[in-house]
Amino acid sequence: MKVAVVIFPGSNCDHDALHVSGKVMGWDVIPVWHESAELGGADLVILPGGFSYGDYLRCGAIARFSPIVEAVIRHAKAGGLTLGICNGFQVLIEAGLLPGALLNNTCLEFRCIWTYLKVQATNSPFTRELEVGDLLRVPIAHGEGNYFAPPELVKQLAAEHRIAFRYCDEHGKATEAANPNGSVDNIAGILNEGRNVLGMMPHPERASELVLGSADGKRIFESLNAAYADVGW
Amino acid sequence: MQYRCEVYIRPRADILDPQGDAVNNALANLNFQGVSEVKVGKYLTLLLESDGQSAAEEQLDKMCQTLLANPIIEDYEMKVTEA
Repeated sequence: MKVAVVIFPGSNCDHDALHVSGKVMGWDVIPVWHESAELGGADLVILPGGFSYGDYLRCGAIARFSPIVEAVIRHAKAGGLTLGICNGFQVLIEAGLLPGALLNNTCLEFRCIWTYLKVQATNSPFTRELEVGDLLRVPIAHGEGNYFAPPELVKQLAAEHRIAFRYCDEHGKATEAANPNGSVDNIAGILNEGRNVLGMMPHPERASELVLGSADGKRIFESLNAAYADVGW
Repeated sequence: MQYRCEVYIRPRADILDPQGDAVNNALANLNFQGVSEVKVGKYLTLLLESDGQSAAEEQLDKMCQTLLANPIIEDYEMKVTEA
């Protein structure tokens, strides 16, 4: 699988995404600078975490107008695999590829902690090797990850099985205490209508090797691997 | 003609505003009485070269909708005056 990791000024998880793609998964991965207008024929595009353009105005708002994001929009709209992690999720929302908004954490703190994610939807290339109800131990690191969507949109996302992950406690209960940022319905990650775009605040690339404390995040990359091997992309 | 543009952006009334809530609590802790519904927003100013008042307002509105505000979570108001 050919993978492109997009780098904006202020990205800081780009090397983690490159490392996991290249060294852990063995994919053919290239970094792509935000001024580029081409994704180099990538099958999967990863928008990594960080603080693109210093988070000025709103997180992701300025990055969204980078030349490369126009290419990402074309890629995603043509059904190409697109994964936005943390700031990458914020960029995908600003670009209109995913619905809703990400607000300040209700605690007003930058939260850098381990969380448990409960898998909610498995009919996507990102989650097909997972089971509904599986728990993934994956860290978060953000100040603005409070997912907001109007009630009717939350209902629609749930009905269409587009809520990929919910924050939960270690027993799999999606409690208020297990919600690190105030996200509506404990939502941690969502899929687009075509199920080829996933945005998530937690960092699976920081939990893909046991030496880092968890390899649960790798299961998402393994799902992508299986999806690609199975049907191509 | 040059126009001085001002844009007030604030969280929509039905959206949770954690910053506003924190400021509200801080004011209460300082014994300021009767404060409620604190909202924290943004204030932007810019100079704009345009053909006329209505053209300037139209351009500014487009800027707000495209980049400056996020209509899902924010309301905005504009003020355009000859510079």
